[in-house]
Amino acid sequence: MSGTSSTVSADQHYVWKRPHFIESFWVRIGIMILSAVYLVYAFSTLEIDFQRVARGIPRAMQIFSGAIPPDFAARGSLIVSGFIESIQITFLATFVGVLLSIPFGFMAARNVTILPVYGLGRAIVIVARSLHPVVLGVLFVKAVGFGAVAGVLTLLIYTIGFVGKLIAEAVEEIKYGQIEAIRSTGAGYFTILIYAVFPQIMPRLIGLTMYQLDINLRASAVIGLVGAGGIGSTLNSAFGRYDYGTASAILIVMIGLILVAETVSGKLRRFTR
Amino acid sequence: MLEIKDLVKSYGTGQPVLKGLNFSTEGKKLTAVIGSSGAGKSTMLRCINRLVTADSGQINFEGVDLLKLQGKALQNARRQIGMIFQAYNLVDRLTVMENVLSGRLGYVPFLQGAFRRFPQDDIDHAYQLLKRVGLSQYVNKRCDELSGGERQRVGVARALMQDPRILLADEPTASLDPKTSELIMELIANLTEELHLPVLINLHNVAQAKYYAARIVGLRNGVMVFDGKPDELTDEHLEKIYTSKDELSEQLNPEMETVK
Repeated sequence: MSGTSSTVSADQHYVWKRPHFIESFWVRIGIMILSAVYLVYAFSTLEIDFQRVARGIPRAMQIFSGAIPPDFAARGSLIVSGFIESIQITFLATFVGVLLSIPFGFMAARNVTILPVYGLGRAIVIVARSLHPVVLGVLFVKAVGFGAVAGVLTLLIYTIGFVGKLIAEAVEEIKYGQIEAIRSTGAGYFTILIYAVFPQIMPRLIGLTMYQLDINLRASAVIGLVGAGGIGSTLNSAFGRYDYGTASAILIVMIGLILVAETVSGKLRRFTR
Repeated sequence: MLEIKDLVKSYGTGQPVLKGLNFSTEGKKLTAVIGSSGAGKSTMLRCINRLVTADSGQINFEGVDLLKLQGKALQNARRQIGMIFQAYNLVDRLTVMENVLSGRLGYVPFLQGAFRRFPQDDIDHAYQLLKRVGLSQYVNKRCDELSGGERQRVGVARALMQDPRILLADEPTASLDPKTSELIMELIANLTEELHLPVLINLHNVAQAKYYAARIVGLRNGVMVFDGKPDELTDEHLEKIYTSKDELSEQLNPEMETVK
């Protein structure tokens, strides 16, 4: 660096401010005011009845005192069979769901399909995603009756919606050069998918499956509340009988199980980088 | 054997990259295609094996117009045309052996390929090729664990695994350091000579082109501006091929750049 260079002298001053996220002043202020007005309005329409809250407190205390200590023994076999059913629902729905998600996910990826197939794949994934598992659970309980079948079907659709969409995203992010290389060997369409696309999404797919197992285990407890089998149903009937001891026992086992599931799925996902 | 006639290709609505290119090659020799970035070298190669679709023209390869082929016929033509890529384009998460064997995917039925049940002959051939390119110790190593030079050797083996009638190489050494680049060029030149395989190779490096090629073709702005033997390539020709003088000196003395 020679002395003649003056690029780093401070005899000129510049004004710099971080550009606003929304450039127009009036639009920016307008959005802020509208949000504030709506927030005030929303709170004012909520009829919070403090007297009712006060009356509810003793009842809440009653529930909590009934829930302590948790009673594992009285309905022990029901709790065990409920959890076993939940776990079975979870595994079945996850593995069948992931297997079905693969073709739907590929169909919903723009870079490996023709437009009509893409539309169909996208539609299937969007419909599967648009309904919350509780809503699906209610629908399937109506359609096929109370029990585990309704639970499996519910989580199956839920899995296709979630995993299908993420597979589609993974496929859209693959490196195109690898496809070109396999294509130039004279391989056909499905061979290209197996050789050039599948290996690239494999780590994501394994990670997603583990994650979905974890999610489905939680969801299986929730959809049980609407009658779709598993531990949720056991929990629901415990509440129905005012058997808070059993209910809290179920909640404690549930928390423990989900912690275990999360730890295991996290560990397994780390392997697939 | 390979004859390109009036080849036109444009991307989007812009200026055509190839403006009626004519080129033909006979016999088993190494032809280098040189020219600056954007001259149309890659596009020309990619039109041949139909990785890109030409707008118009003809590419006759052993009596068939490649541009007219569809479906199975196109796949059968592609498997006779090996290709080596600048970015290697190996399937990173597959093993070296799977990548080499993928050169046979145009020949084996779908299920055999999908389940890696390749014919014994192919497996033997793959082992021989890996030995020849010096990677027989890495058969079951994943390709993302290899160095750049090693990856390109796998790329060479994969292309030769196709039993191609012609080899296309799109700047096969441009991502490598000078020493490795030299080794890979030598490997490609020696192997294709042994196999009597015609090669069409895009090169950035004029010195390499002059050393290894039997014939040099210069492209500029989508048309051929030079076609001849390496010793016929003069500085005037190079000036015609490369736009500016700076670019030219960079081409001739790549190591000079770093001294300055």
